[in-house]
Amino acid sequence: MSKQIHLAAHFPGVNNTTVWADPQAGSQIEFGSFRHLAETAERGTFDFFFLAEGLRLREVKGMIHDLDVVGRPESLTVLSALAAVTTHLGLAATVNSTFNEPYELAKRLSTLDHVSGGRAAWNVVTSWDAFTGENFRRGGYLDKADRYVRAQESLRIVRKLWDSWTEDQLVLDQAAGAFAREGAGAFADEGAHFDIRGRFGLPPSPQGRPVIIQAGDSEQGREFAASDADVIFSRHGTFQAGQTFYKDVKSRLPKYGRSEESLKIMPAVTVVVADTDDEAIEKAAYIREQQVSGPTALVLAELLWGRDLSAYDPDGPLPAEDPVVGSSVTQGRVGYNDPFPIVAEWRAQAEAHGWSLRQTVINQQNRQTFIGSPTTVAEAINHHVQADAADGFVLVPHLTPSGLDEFVDRVVPLLRDRGAFRDEYAGTTLRDHLGLQA
Amino acid sequence: MIVGLEIDGAGGDPAAWRGSEVDPRAILTGELAVRAVQRAEAAGIDFATFVDALEAPDDVPDRVSVRLDALGLAARVAPLTQRIGLLPTITVTHTEPFHVQASVATLDHISGGRGGWVADVSSSAEAAAVIGRREPASAAETWREARYVVDVSRRLWDSWEDDAIIRDASTGRYVDRDKLHYVAFESPTFSVKGPSIVPRSPQGHPITAVRVNTPEALEAAGDADLVLLPESEDLPTRLAPLVVVSVVVRPHVDGVEQLVELIAEWAAAGADGVHLRPGSLELDVPVIADELIPRLRERGLVGAADRGGSLRGRLGLGRPANRYVGSGR
Ligand SMILES: Cc1cc2nc3c(=O)[nH]c(=O)nc-3n(C[C@H](O)[C@H](O)[C@H](O)COP(=O)(O)O)c2cc1C
Repeated sequence: MSKQIHLAAHFPGVNNTTVWADPQAGSQIEFGSFRHLAETAERGTFDFFFLAEGLRLREVKGMIHDLDVVGRPESLTVLSALAAVTTHLGLAATVNSTFNEPYELAKRLSTLDHVSGGRAAWNVVTSWDAFTGENFRRGGYLDKADRYVRAQESLRIVRKLWDSWTEDQLVLDQAAGAFAREGAGAFADEGAHFDIRGRFGLPPSPQGRPVIIQAGDSEQGREFAASDADVIFSRHGTFQAGQTFYKDVKSRLPKYGRSEESLKIMPAVTVVVADTDDEAIEKAAYIREQQVSGPTALVLAELLWGRDLSAYDPDGPLPAEDPVVGSSVTQGRVGYNDPFPIVAEWRAQAEAHGWSLRQTVINQQNRQTFIGSPTTVAEAINHHVQADAADGFVLVPHLTPSGLDEFVDRVVPLLRDRGAFRDEYAGTTLRDHLGLQA
Repeated sequence: MIVGLEIDGAGGDPAAWRGSEVDPRAILTGELAVRAVQRAEAAGIDFATFVDALEAPDDVPDRVSVRLDALGLAARVAPLTQRIGLLPTITVTHTEPFHVQASVATLDHISGGRGGWVADVSSSAEAAAVIGRREPASAAETWREARYVVDVSRRLWDSWEDDAIIRDASTGRYVDRDKLHYVAFESPTFSVKGPSIVPRSPQGHPITAVRVNTPEALEAAGDADLVLLPESEDLPTRLAPLVVVSVVVRPHVDGVEQLVELIAEWAAAGADGVHLRPGSLELDVPVIADELIPRLRERGLVGAADRGGSLRGRLGLGRPANRYVGSGR
């Protein structure tokens, strides 16, 4: 049997890949949009529905960035509501470990798992910066070096709370009047960041533990994923980069006593489908044009260069200056640790093809991962998975909320025909879908 | 009269979960709450509150010693109801104000303008110990801080003007950033820069309720839209826009006649409504829905069941103006 593909739907939010100006684009905020995309994903028997998080509106040169989608509802609340209108789909919330307390996270995530019948997941992200911190009591007090110390400790405690009840402590004997055994859920923990004790007020949830997703890319992030995560949400969606990342992360598992199957690698990818390959290529180019307007091209270049580039014409040549490392020209996005080789590559490509700055951004940064007819896309996706460039993908549509309709209607049946993707859900929990042990 | 219903486990009676009509597992799936709120909505009840505290319920073996997060439970109920207001209890002593306001605004979005919260504090040593961030503080101190949290929440709900999202394809701008505002809020114990991450919600300001259980809470209740006042308290004048009397009821045992009379008396005394805290959700809510509410309706004390629209509209409260409109930055 073929290796089975895992698929997730990303609700397209704060990101310049979202084409909000398209006549087909709906609301980014209304519940109906979330519901439509979730129902589409469930119709396509996807593993889970994914929501990103941002805790401060992004800024460019001290002003709120206004070109992309701005704002979004809070994830766990949206997902708890989606639990009421879906039956099998996993529900994954990105929640920051720096600006939250483990006890509260454990309680909210366990609640989602209980009310959804075992479909909750936590994508643990670690933004620690002072910019985001200005919205929180703790401020930006965390050292970058400490972000994963706190994340790992948070996760360890959250798990401890989820495990704080033994199976036999929830009695529910109505005749005898025994709801739970005394002392159930007692916990205490002391570490570098937390010193807490008490009782956890929720018994084990249907999945035992909600699924853990990780999205960091640094050395520390990869170790964190290898030691603790069930799923990695990566940005390495292309074949070569995917295989390299896959090998790297999976090779880290044995030292934590884990099998290759216990960690699923699911890169974020974009897909453009049309009747024929040629039409899809044309459609993809059109979408990229919409995604990267002149002003957006400048902002994306500013993120790379770390400089104010407003004096440049996006339809002119690339900036001549060197990039600046660690600048705060743009705030609230993941920047580049080492921009020099990327700038050099952009320059080489621009020169070779005679591209303007905007054309360079379009071609270097926003190329869709899978483009083609339904058959081409299905074969490419299956090839990536069978050749261990990924275990599956998190699909990021460019339209809200209809952006996955075509994929589910036209590509998913072909993946099923190839025996590489489920026809129907075999189990009811997200762990079941991912083939993970409880 | 406004009528509210409290959702707490299987009901307020410690033994409610033991009844043969109760599936205790349905407490944890949320099904018990869903059923009760749907019944209440069909009868025309205006809002439901959801009990919560930061710390776990008391560890007493013959009682329900578990509790779902009230916000998550209210969100679970939202898509399965259409007209009833949803007010989870949210404690603010240890939870980040920025998260509190974002999640309440989100509840308002996903429920189409039926969201609110019962703002509460955590003064106990147990609550302080599960977070470990600071020592337990007195009711006076925690309520003083809670008033700042209510204040900054409303500022953050105003930090987006209603028409901030412009989706202007001609200029490529999704928002008009002049209509987004930094609240730059400072209190003695916390500060928040803003703006919120959540666009202004359908009600502008979701309903803020305070349940009076201490003298300090009574003082803070002056900031609320809706006050849940214990039966023992005298009806104060002009405490908040709406004051409802919160009462433990067991109509499946006691019948409804006395209750109808009692509610009529409160109406005469100037209460704006009543908050019913049923002993058993499975036994008492059907009697409330099938007998009590129709009797109150006959007496002209409650309105039609099928009133839709926002919770504010239903409660007769206006939609607040945005304090930042026209303020520039
Ligand atoms: C594909 C991908 C998606 C991410 N999504 C989010 C997000 O939604 N919210 C967030 O705060 N950080 C997000 N991040 C940031 C990371 O989770 C992480 O916090 C950051 O990259 C720092 O960790 P690192 O240095 O290990 O990469 C994402 C990262 C990746 C690779």
